Amino acid sequence: MSMDIIIAGFGGQGILFAGKMIAYCGMLEEKYVSWLPSYGPEMRGGTASCSVCVDEKNPIGCPMVSEPKLLMAMNLPSFNKYINDVAADGYVVYDSALINAEVERKDLKVYAIPATNMAMENGLKGLANIILLGQAIKAAGFTTLDSMIDAITKSIPAKKAHLLEPNIKALKMGYEY
Amino acid sequence: MAIVFEKTKGLTDADLHYCPGCTHGIIHRIVAESLVELDILEKSVIICPVGCSVMAYDYFTCDAIEAPHGRAPAVATGVKRALPDNFVFTYQGDGDLAAIGTAETVHAATRGENITVIFVNNTIYGMTGGQMAPTSLPGQVTQTTPYGRNPKEAGYPVKVCEMLSTLDGVAFAQRVSVDTPKNINEAKKAIKKAFKAQLDKKGFSIIEVLSTCPTNWGMTPIDALERLRTEMMPYYPLGVYKDRTEEGVF
Amino acid sequence: MAEKFLMKGNEALGEAAIRSGCKHFFGYPITPQTELSAYMAKQMPKINGTFLQAESEIAAANMVLGAASAGVRAMTSSSSPGISLKSEAVSYIAGSDLPCLIVNVMRGGPGLGGIQPSQADYWQATKALGHGDYQLLVYAPASVQEMVDLVGKAFDTADKYRMPAMILADGMLGQMMEPVAFPDKIEPEDLPKKEWATTGTKGEREHNIVNSLYLKPEILEKMVVERFKRYETVKQNEVMVEEYLTEDADIITVAYGASARVTRSAVNMAREKGIKVGMIRPITLWPFPEKTISATADKVNKMLVVEMSMGQMVEDVKLAVNGKCDVEFYGRTGGIIPKPREVFEQIELLAK
Repeated sequence: MSMDIIIAGFGGQGILFAGKMIAYCGMLEEKYVSWLPSYGPEMRGGTASCSVCVDEKNPIGCPMVSEPKLLMAMNLPSFNKYINDVAADGYVVYDSALINAEVERKDLKVYAIPATNMAMENGLKGLANIILLGQAIKAAGFTTLDSMIDAITKSIPAKKAHLLEPNIKALKMGYEY
Repeated sequence: MAIVFEKTKGLTDADLHYCPGCTHGIIHRIVAESLVELDILEKSVIICPVGCSVMAYDYFTCDAIEAPHGRAPAVATGVKRALPDNFVFTYQGDGDLAAIGTAETVHAATRGENITVIFVNNTIYGMTGGQMAPTSLPGQVTQTTPYGRNPKEAGYPVKVCEMLSTLDGVAFAQRVSVDTPKNINEAKKAIKKAFKAQLDKKGFSIIEVLSTCPTNWGMTPIDALERLRTEMMPYYPLGVYKDRTEEGVF
Repeated sequence: MAEKFLMKGNEALGEAAIRSGCKHFFGYPITPQTELSAYMAKQMPKINGTFLQAESEIAAANMVLGAASAGVRAMTSSSSPGISLKSEAVSYIAGSDLPCLIVNVMRGGPGLGGIQPSQADYWQATKALGHGDYQLLVYAPASVQEMVDLVGKAFDTADKYRMPAMILADGMLGQMMEPVAFPDKIEPEDLPKKEWATTGTKGEREHNIVNSLYLKPEILEKMVVERFKRYETVKQNEVMVEEYLTEDADIITVAYGASARVTRSAVNMAREKGIKVGMIRPITLWPFPEKTISATADKVNKMLVVEMSMGQMVEDVKLAVNGKCDVEFYGRTGGIIPKPREVFEQIELLAK
């Protein structure tokens, strides 16, 4: 299968990191992957977004996603900006703690998860992105929970080992929501 | 019969193209002699400028690079970083060093780049036929200051040794002249000291040599030397402006 | 299989250069290539190499001139406005027959332009980076892995023919991450010794002179003509081009770098609709794959050139096609990356 993904939100929410984890996980699974961030002044406090492509069979063509099969949104401006670009029958996973909106399109599979609240309540501050990622894996099925746990484990360097457990906890919490 | 004088091995047999009375020839000779006397000719690389001394690569017997206008200190930086044990020096005029190449000069100096700059200041653009240089004196008539350099229009001259001596990367800065045998001997001594500073890895060194341009000044060689003494020296006093050759800049 | 890393294009360029034996990097910060300088700043001290942040792009390029004269592998990198500043030194480097590597991670222009990806420096890279009669080797990678592979190739080819080489990338390729594998050490091919380098005579030879000044027109003409003879050999031996689904195609797209990635997607979309379309992707922009394009023009009726500019490479395509088929153009500029669907629609129009 192939999955074109846009992840978007505010700078500082871990948007780019969540995207990197998807690409890294795909690479470990020996799939074709690409990750392309938005760059420039908007990185410093404004909106952040990235395009991620994962393809089991074919090399990635354009790495800039214009018709995402999966949109992961973590703020309202991003939600509004991309919701109409999502491909028909696509997936929308969004943080309902920060986005108070209705999806009017009927051709989308919509998953609302109050990721930021869940993070706050469970001592997982700053990990709403990973909670959302867990939910996105379950919704869109572009990888397995185990593969992502493996990827997160491999990507966290030894000197930051204390971050591993909360990340996995957040991922599972999002997946099981 | 004993040989009492020989042309330095540092210079080729090519005929110099400089005008009669120009002091480039003297400066070439004392630079070349210094390379030979310090026994560094064979590991030297000269970076030539754009200007009258553009073809210095034909005159010096060491390896040579012809740099774009003003960029000799940057080119020298590239060579020195690649070959730190070689001896690297630039030979530049006033337009090259203090106008188009000001940034390269200042930054090589402030980096304490371990190179030596021979800076020939004759207050004029010689090769292009006598236009105002950054070091042209107030009132000096040139092709592009036909009514005399008016500081209100054309700004003031740049005093290179004074300016560079404020920078921490400069190990040695001295202004010399080649108007008399005594001053020529002084100049050679200064050049050798600057070269030695590089050999001892002390940092950036520069020798500013007050020089003449009889052709573009419209003077006889003798009158030109007189102008150097009476007009240039008061504005550009000879002397040592910076000496950290003992302790080095780092 | 070699270990794979998920790496940004800019950083992969740096790592590839180091593995190609480049120990001297001279740079200046500019978006969107800064990660390359930052990578070099971090890695060069570890291998006893030189990273120097110059006072200007002009100085950085002239430091490369100096280091290349000294016979080492040297490189600099920048993005469009900075490349304009380097053009002075590049002309001298070419005129002095020095090898080196220049990276341009293109952004929108003219002037300060923007910081988003662009391909509007094609003319500059292939026709007019600086004054005088000369050429650069111009490599246009379309993936992070290809950026790695072409860095070693560029250094080797530059050394072989004593001419500067350029990697012409863009903000998209520089900023994106893809899996890459590095050869353990990129072994240079059998390359001639740099007997011309200014390393000091050591009293063993006549002095070497690195120079581009020839005041006698007869001599300058001879130097340039000889250089162009070398360029002919380069044209014979060094062209790189990829053909994608061209075998049975009625329509051929031509695109390089980032726009080739977009076009590849568009070609796939068109193939799903049964349109027989393929793509020619020049990997070397100079030498340009004119033979491939000319031969293809004998077989098809239409070509579509896609660029992130107002149309620059399209002129070289037209020259190669020489009237044998129609050549259309589609481009976006100013930092806009065309969407695959836009290009697909152009293909659809041609297929009607």
